[in-house]
Amino acid sequence: MKLKKSVAISENGFVFNASRGDSFSTNPTGTQILNWLREGQTDTEMKALLLKKYEIDEATCEKDLYDFIKMLNQQNLIEA
Amino acid sequence: METSQKLKYERPVIKQLNAGITNKFGAQTGFIPHTHIDGLAVKDLTARFGSPLFVISERTIRQTYQEAYNAFANRYPNVQFAWSYKTNYMNAVCRVFHQEGSWAEVVSRFEYEKALGNGVPGDKILFNGPDKTADDHRVAVLNNSPIHIDHFDELYGLIEVSTKLGKRPKVAIRVNMDTGVLPMWDRFGFNYENGQAWDAITKIIQTDKMDLVGLHCHIGTFMLTTSAYAVAASKMADLALNIKRQFGLDIQYLDMGGGFASKNTLKGAYLSGTDITPSFHDYAEQICTTLIKAGFRSEELPLLILETGRALIDDAGYLLGTVLANKRLSDGRRATIMDFGVNLLFTSFWYEHAVSPAQDCSQYAEDAVLYGPLCMNIDVVRENVKLPPLNKGDQMVVHRVGAYNMTQWMQFIALRPNIVLIDQDGQPHLIRKHETVADLTQLESTPTHLESLDL
Repeated sequence: MKLKKSVAISENGFVFNASRGDSFSTNPTGTQILNWLREGQTDTEMKALLLKKYEIDEATCEKDLYDFIKMLNQQNLIEA
Repeated sequence: METSQKLKYERPVIKQLNAGITNKFGAQTGFIPHTHIDGLAVKDLTARFGSPLFVISERTIRQTYQEAYNAFANRYPNVQFAWSYKTNYMNAVCRVFHQEGSWAEVVSRFEYEKALGNGVPGDKILFNGPDKTADDHRVAVLNNSPIHIDHFDELYGLIEVSTKLGKRPKVAIRVNMDTGVLPMWDRFGFNYENGQAWDAITKIIQTDKMDLVGLHCHIGTFMLTTSAYAVAASKMADLALNIKRQFGLDIQYLDMGGGFASKNTLKGAYLSGTDITPSFHDYAEQICTTLIKAGFRSEELPLLILETGRALIDDAGYLLGTVLANKRLSDGRRATIMDFGVNLLFTSFWYEHAVSPAQDCSQYAEDAVLYGPLCMNIDVVRENVKLPPLNKGDQMVVHRVGAYNMTQWMQFIALRPNIVLIDQDGQPHLIRKHETVADLTQLESTPTHLESLDL
């Protein structure tokens, strides 16, 4: 699972998919996850990173990460 | 300390940006958390009284009432409000209005008994509605309550009751009319245009068994067109002046009913209710100016009675609730499930209720559907609403829920929650206890052959 090469991410959360012309906005947590995906981090690694970086419990972290990745899939932002 | 160095978490969200048609309003850019009500923290209120929770602000009731009363009293010499029990008949709420000087306006024996129980003298309880039994009439006549007659069957029935009692009831007739606003409310009362109202008046006066003291109308609900009230006031004045001319009888009061809109936003409305709802001054200007110019001698101007309910109480009511869950629908939209639904928030069938988070949140918004907790497809509080990222356990405040929810709520699937009134000093008072299973089952009885089970 990796972010598509055509996806550009700005520091303030503006996301542009050049291959489709779609643009998105995301919040700081979302921007962070997109950058980790670009680096090739796995689900498990990202979960550990989130738990280390943010004030969050494990269950919420896992649910939210699952939901966010689903949304990225639905928006065609990650490689199949 | 590792924990304190961690960043505050917010659920990750991503939203596609769509360039829509430009408009002058723009998109909502942020959420203002509603953390306190009259100085009390939402989280403290729900911790103490549970969630969901209805909260009523006594201060807001009194301020709204005084604003409404002054709007009319500054334009007309003789004004009386009568609190519409069906809008919110919690005793504490009714008593705030009665303390402010409101009489009671009731539409059933149940409401009538509540008004008596609240200490309202019988002659200050206006008895409206199509459902009054002979016994209801008997009680109202004995208490000297003004009875507003809805149909000829009631009129003849009341003649019979008053003859038996040997007493002359004080009566008014309810008049319906064309005010230029559709739908025309002609199901209640006697019609003005086709002469039915005049026939009823003539019958009452010629029978000489009752005292015709007033005329009553109620032209609609959530009326955004104030000019309709000028039309109604003009027709009511016309009837009163004709009664004076033909029968030499002075009508003591004209009851213009209610129907004033609150600042809620109706479903399908293009503009927000806060932008388009007329003020009390707008309604007062139409009614009072028309009556003053109608042709009454100044010393004979009838008492003006107003029964508006919704506009007086909606702003004072809040519903506090808690997020039960978040989920994704098949099209990617977010669904947030609250612990309150249409069972408590009946008005969500016709309003797009304003909802605010009760804790700090970011300015990132997602399109969402706000569902209630019922396992029923109809349980939708908001079909389309922008919400900040919310987590399970976060709290929300629904605004302007004071009217019709604490009377039309349903005991369906779940039990009804506590209602708290915050007094003018900021002290919370439990004014209605949450229901228990025992409260409901005590009304049931089980036939003996169904008592034993063998599963």
